[in-house]
Amino acid sequence: MSKEVILQAENLSRYFGGVKAVDGVSFSLRRNEVLGVIGPNGSGKTTLANLLTGFVKPSKGKVIFEGQDITGLPPYKVADRGIARSFQMVKPFYQLPAFKNLNVALLSPRVRRLAGGRYGDRDAVAKDLLEEVGFERDSWVISHQAASLPHGYLKRLELAKCMALQPEVIVLDELFSGLSLAEVASLVPVIEKLVHQGKTLVMIEHRLKELFRIADRVLVLNFGQKIAEGEPAQVMEDPQVKGAYLGSEAEE
Amino acid sequence: MAQRKERIDRGIKVRSDDVFVLTSWREMLYLAAPRVVPVVALFVLGLVAGPYWERVLISTCMFALLAISWDLLNSAGMVSLGQALFFGVGAYIAGTLNHYLGLPPGLTIPIATVGGGVLCTLALLPVLRLRGIYFAMVTLILPMMIERVIEATKIFGGTEGISGLTTLGNPHLEFWLAAVVVFVALFGFRRMIGSDYGLLLKGINDNDRAVMSAGMNIYQYKAQALFMASSVGAFAGAFMTHAYQFVGMPVFALDYSMIPIASVAVGGMGTLAGPMLGSFILVPMSELLRGLGGLRVVIYAVILVVFTVGLPEGIFHYLSRKYNQFERWVGVER
Ligand SMILES: Nc1ncnc2c1ncn2[C@@H]1O[C@H](COP(=O)(O)OP(=O)(O)OP(=O)(O)O)[C@@H](O)[C@H]1O
Ligand SMILES: [Mg+2]
Repeated sequence: MSKEVILQAENLSRYFGGVKAVDGVSFSLRRNEVLGVIGPNGSGKTTLANLLTGFVKPSKGKVIFEGQDITGLPPYKVADRGIARSFQMVKPFYQLPAFKNLNVALLSPRVRRLAGGRYGDRDAVAKDLLEEVGFERDSWVISHQAASLPHGYLKRLELAKCMALQPEVIVLDELFSGLSLAEVASLVPVIEKLVHQGKTLVMIEHRLKELFRIADRVLVLNFGQKIAEGEPAQVMEDPQVKGAYLGSEAEE
Repeated sequence: MAQRKERIDRGIKVRSDDVFVLTSWREMLYLAAPRVVPVVALFVLGLVAGPYWERVLISTCMFALLAISWDLLNSAGMVSLGQALFFGVGAYIAGTLNHYLGLPPGLTIPIATVGGGVLCTLALLPVLRLRGIYFAMVTLILPMMIERVIEATKIFGGTEGISGLTTLGNPHLEFWLAAVVVFVALFGFRRMIGSDYGLLLKGINDNDRAVMSAGMNIYQYKAQALFMASSVGAFAGAFMTHAYQFVGMPVFALDYSMIPIASVAVGGMGTLAGPMLGSFILVPMSELLRGLGGLRVVIYAVILVVFTVGLPEGIFHYLSRKYNQFERWVGVER
């Protein structure tokens, strides 16, 4: 791979009191690469996502995006530069109809800039995006209040919200968790399409089988530290990784 | 078999959703009535009311503005326990400009509206990042603090306040102006809430982190909403200062914080029209009960509880549901 490095973490650390949630993690991500992040519960995956997207300020270390130091930028500026994220705990706008949820992102300065200063027909774009992530077009779900959508749809909505921002990098925090096998199977092609479009992905996952189909590389966290990094098959052979996952969900 | 209430939009509601497809007088009337009737009703009330009730209507309009301002803030995720801050700051700006510099109401009211908005926004800017109850606590405390400062330093007339301020002239003019401003604020802000801008505010209210992750600077939007809401409150304060020809510490009283919230509770949150309706029920009612002396507060509180328990969604939501939807009982499986 010869593509340029797009996102880089240098010795990234975040301590909550005595808890080292993320501890000296470094990695670099090339454009259009898919990095899987795995690790047992409480190993610091979500905190890593928060560090990359500005929701949590690092205690130590740096985040470099497209060659620029973005450490400590507020979340909206990080998003504006092109790093979108989904939330493990879904965060829809409950009062709004499903497609209007996307309008919020479609109104952002970034989207306007990319469209050459125009906003266009946002409702139509929003509905297209929802269809892409698997909402049935012209069905009631699209215009139903987000509060009454089932969990599977809310997860899709999270993904669509990321896509609406037309980001360079998407950080997905356990997108597949809580979904049925069939639902995951229907989302995998959506992710593959994003990769095909040249997006760079960081996928935090517990669902290893599906993740390993998509990810080029996997990074393993345990107690906030990176204990392994490499190709999926090779990482799972690592004795340290086996140890960390012993008795947990590695075998599903 | 269990029963469930089914609600279906009336055909006429669906058809009149889009103004451009109106085909009959009936549809136009359906659309216009909820807007025209309250406007006409208020102006007719103003015409038939004697001097005493005309003044009650003026202060009702000002409480309605405070309630609208509260609802506007709330729709952007900020809960205010201190509408008196906006009211009082507006009142003192208008009062002092009139008393010390001799500026006429035509100048003091606009200056107080904008200046009050700016001052209150700046004062609350540092706590804009605080969520929920913390923001609310600060808004509650600020007006009390200012009251104590005025008392201690004896500035602006101290506990005596400043009296003998200029009136707007004709009491009828006062009423007409108040009524026009209330409706302009109501319809203007309702339109804003329905626009893309309102969508962002609702998003912030629902989930500020999700809005940030969409690349939006939520503090900018919150500050804008705060400015608009505090300007509306400051206008009310400035207007009342000239209507009463007096400004003093009572403008920071808890009444100006609590009655707007009670109005929102009675009228229905998130619609702006509900809070206004709530004010038009509560404020005149409190006048009617004035003769009862000490019992007044008790009866007032009981009525408030009856309203909020009986119609927790608020009167406005209830009315608009009845107006726009059929209801019928249907059987449900299981
Ligand atoms: N805001 C916070 N304050 C204090 N401690 C925190 C905070 N956020 C995370 N932690 C701690 O940091 C550690 C890592 O948490 P994190 O949520 O990043 O783990 P995770 O790998 O995402 O777990 P899961 O698989 O359950 O989602 C945990 O011990 C957690 O309790
Ligand atoms: Mg997590």
